[in-house]
Amino acid sequence: MMAENVCINVAYQRTTFTVPISQPTPRIYTPGEVISPHAGFIVSHGTYIDGDYLKASVAGVKEQVDKLVYVRPLKNRYNGEIGDVVVGRVTEVQQKRWKVDTNSRLDSNLLISSMNLPGGELRRRSVEDEKMMRKFLQEGDLISAEVQNVFDDGSLSLHTRSLKYGKLSQGILLTVFPSLIRRRKNHFHDLHCGASIILGNNGFIWISPTINTEVEGGAGGFTQNLDKEVSMEEREVMARLRNCILALAASKMSLYDTSIVYAFEESQKYKVSELLDAENMLDVALMTYHRLESQEET
Amino acid sequence: MALKLLSDAEKVFILHGVKDDFRCDGRTRQEYRPIEVETEIVSNASGSARVRLANTDILVGVKTEIDTPSPTKPNEGKLEFFVDCSANATPAFEGRGGEELATEISNTLSKAYLCETVFDLQSLCILPGQQCWKLYVDILILECGGNLFDGVSLAVKSAIYNTKVPRIASATIDGGVVDLQLSDDPYDFQTLDVSSAPVLVTLTKIGERCVVDPTAEEEACSLVSVVLAVTEKGRCVTTLVRGEGSLHEDTLIDMLKVGTSLGIEMNKALKAALKLEQSKGENKERFGFLK
Repeated sequence: MMAENVCINVAYQRTTFTVPISQPTPRIYTPGEVISPHAGFIVSHGTYIDGDYLKASVAGVKEQVDKLVYVRPLKNRYNGEIGDVVVGRVTEVQQKRWKVDTNSRLDSNLLISSMNLPGGELRRRSVEDEKMMRKFLQEGDLISAEVQNVFDDGSLSLHTRSLKYGKLSQGILLTVFPSLIRRRKNHFHDLHCGASIILGNNGFIWISPTINTEVEGGAGGFTQNLDKEVSMEEREVMARLRNCILALAASKMSLYDTSIVYAFEESQKYKVSELLDAENMLDVALMTYHRLESQEET
Repeated sequence: MALKLLSDAEKVFILHGVKDDFRCDGRTRQEYRPIEVETEIVSNASGSARVRLANTDILVGVKTEIDTPSPTKPNEGKLEFFVDCSANATPAFEGRGGEELATEISNTLSKAYLCETVFDLQSLCILPGQQCWKLYVDILILECGGNLFDGVSLAVKSAIYNTKVPRIASATIDGGVVDLQLSDDPYDFQTLDVSSAPVLVTLTKIGERCVVDPTAEEEACSLVSVVLAVTEKGRCVTTLVRGEGSLHEDTLIDMLKVGTSLGIEMNKALKAALKLEQSKGENKERFGFLK
């Protein structure tokens, strides 16, 4: 039934994405469900008091610390923490700041004073710089940055004061649930297979060809080489990485350098476009899962 | 339609990928993403279908109603398309934001189904000049991941295929008053012939080349696209040019050729999938959106 270019499946043959889990599945509360009959608890995130009952306001898992009860949602927007690496897209240029979409509830701020301007570390930001803001970053541009501060309303302030942060050039952006990104020491990886990835804590993943830092001067600039064509080999590696990451994400497996590299290796038996098929995606996720498991045992 | 915001560098990357015949997800220019079809999903509609094309999600319900035929076409039933762009799909559809796109889709579909060799409206006639069936095809766009037209047309064709029109036991005219007796048996129905109904194939021009089934990102890189309605036999019934770009004569002819051959393939694949669905019978398990 597989035609050359078109493939139409029917629902009852659908592949469901499940990988075996070693721990018992926790109890999941739905919004409005009674958590406990007595309102003798401290109301926290994801809960509310209705009459004599404490109820869940989001779908998720109950967590309890002494009298503090909260529900950790299954799916949520990104809640930033100081020091997180994020990938974001500029949505607005304002006076002295850019508004950046970082998959959070509110757009984040990137102040002109918290970024390295081209032409040296120590430079005063002048009125001229403010007028040139759109030259540095314009609407639609992608950046990598670090969370500098979290405000009371949950909005973030970002900074790019390191050479590893800055404007992103050619590549592919993926969006996954923020909870799937495993927190690591390093979120920038140059993989052996010939591509670099940035695993943003906010669930935005950036795949780009590896840039030779010595020749081209690091990613932390604001220069983009739009004439450069990415070679076919690099392009294939990037597309394969993209499909592998989506395969892992579809099976709700956590994403970090090892899991991605394993998935990449396990996927070699398929063509890149075959990895769009649900069955093959699940196969790659399962193989990766087993490899990670067996490694943990030894 | 609301276009995704992309940076110049991303656009360049997509453009070069299309040129090299290797897109961001590894597909060639003429490859579709996997599509999933399910029929009989809304229990209180006469016919329904849901199509999922990667991230594009479309639900179609068909309602049958008795109406009087139009005086100019007394022997034909009626077919009406209505598209609703849910604001869940993209925030741009909020309020009246999706209206323009909705009209564009429904107009294209009405035009595509207008031709009598494509869909036999006469089978919907009950009493010539007096009574006929009217099919309301309601299309709900739930998620928008690029390539809406193709997805919608697949869903519409599947839903009409699934539509059950009650059989008329007797129809008499008594002194100008029409008396219709519907069959008492709910399982006594007629189905509609969609074997020659068209599907829409969108060819999007990115750079110098054209691609099918663009993702939302790829759509943002394109200035012009051509929508073709192609029947199973490879006849092109309607064409529509979208976007503000222009097309060279040769490109257009080339696009028509590619689109027609892909349309034939699409129709074949859909036919096979629908047969498979039907073979499961009345009591098949419904999957819907939850699993």
